[in-house]
Amino acid sequence: MPCWSYKPGVININIQEKNKEKDFILKVKNLNVRLDNQNIIENLSFQVKRGDVVTILGPNGAGKTVLLRTLLGLLPHEGEIEWNSNIKIGYVPQRLPFIKDIPLSVNDFFKLKKSSEKETNKILNSVGFRENFIKKKIGDLSSGQFQRILIAWALIRNPEVLLFDEPTTGIDISGEETVYNLLAKLKQERNLTMLLVTHDLSVVYKFSTDVICLNKHLMCYGPPREVLTPESLRELFGEEVKYYKHKHY
Amino acid sequence: MGIQLSLSLPAGIFIGGAAGYLGSLMLSKRMALVAGPLGHLTLPGIALALLYDFNVSLGAFPFVILGIVLIWLFEIRTKLPIEALTAIVFSSGVAITFLFLPVEQAESALVGDISRVTFWETVVSVIVALFLFLVLKKIYLEMVLINISEDLAKSEGISVKKYNLVYLVLIATIVALGVKMVGGLLTAALVAIPASAARNISGKLAHYAFGAMIIGAISSSFGILLAEISELPAGPLIILINAFIFLISIIFKR
Repeated sequence: MPCWSYKPGVININIQEKNKEKDFILKVKNLNVRLDNQNIIENLSFQVKRGDVVTILGPNGAGKTVLLRTLLGLLPHEGEIEWNSNIKIGYVPQRLPFIKDIPLSVNDFFKLKKSSEKETNKILNSVGFRENFIKKKIGDLSSGQFQRILIAWALIRNPEVLLFDEPTTGIDISGEETVYNLLAKLKQERNLTMLLVTHDLSVVYKFSTDVICLNKHLMCYGPPREVLTPESLRELFGEEVKYYKHKHY
Repeated sequence: MGIQLSLSLPAGIFIGGAAGYLGSLMLSKRMALVAGPLGHLTLPGIALALLYDFNVSLGAFPFVILGIVLIWLFEIRTKLPIEALTAIVFSSGVAITFLFLPVEQAESALVGDISRVTFWETVVSVIVALFLFLVLKKIYLEMVLINISEDLAKSEGISVKKYNLVYLVLIATIVALGVKMVGGLLTAALVAIPASAARNISGKLAHYAFGAMIIGAISSSFGILLAEISELPAGPLIILINAFIFLISIIFKR
């Protein structure tokens, strides 16, 4: 009987659908962002599942930071951005140029997020700082230390998703390595879903489940080893690709 | 202590303290230039108050608000840097003032005249300064975050527009109070110098904010006392003492 033979299939599909619903963190459909009469992002669609590490790769001015800020609801846009309901998001901005205008201790900076001293110490510990670090002046920190502080700040109140915007310059190589080791460790410990803006292909390969190649519109999208080919990279970066090819191919 | 001194001293301490405290928020790069021009913007209002003999703070306040609204509208319309727009608006304010303000009244418009403050003016100044302090204390941490990064503030669910509006009203209020004490030309210093000095010697936010408040209050009281003894105008003396404390703070800079 057709109805018997179809029934199990129907149930299966339902269960799968249900699991998918639970697992989805973010759906973006036909996203368009226009700033100062310029199209910054055109027709972008992608999905993020729980536990994914999605890297956003692209040349300077490709709209990577704009994408993160749009996902946070900070910029006007057209199209759909659907976060799983009640999801908590932590945001690590690229840099905070104005922070040195005001004398802040590390503790003061965390108080701006209503974090208690105990909570701050705990989170500082988990990004690898000792207890007395809370008294340090923000202005005295190295760029690498400050970046870890920003990550810790984003992790207050235990977000499920971390949006991380990599600075283009100013962080030394060893500092960068520590940051990605740290992000990998935090992802494990806290079961984080991550969206990372990066320029570093090795990070993309080592660390991410999916890559979004962005240059105004979507150039490639999928697991890095499948979608990052010499051709797709050349298309994304133009001449810059020689450098990357040398490094990885 | 003369009766006049017992009026001008508390007025000075409260206005100076509140101005210093507010100044600690205005020191970030984006706000630094705003306080100065706002003082100048008050000049037409002060001129009107002097000509028609009413309280200069009352004259100043609507003009600061008007100036802020104009700058804000121009910014939306032109997207020019806010500094440039402020310069356009404030120089127009100064120009209008000098068209019709009699020369003999120019001094108190430019450098203030706290030594003739009345009883009720003192009472109102103290209450308004106290109120300003309380509101500021309530919004302080949020304003610091907004100053550091509007993105972070927004992602923390802070309504940046609402806070900025409250902040601007507070600035207008302190400028209006400040012109009574140090005049339209020097109000900026009343806001900017205590915070600058406090920043030199502070490693954390609480020291900085309350340091600025205390330096503001001390400079005002010493300036007023010195004016009493020397019979020089109080406004410039207050600012000079502020500047002197700033110089000392450089020596102890952390």
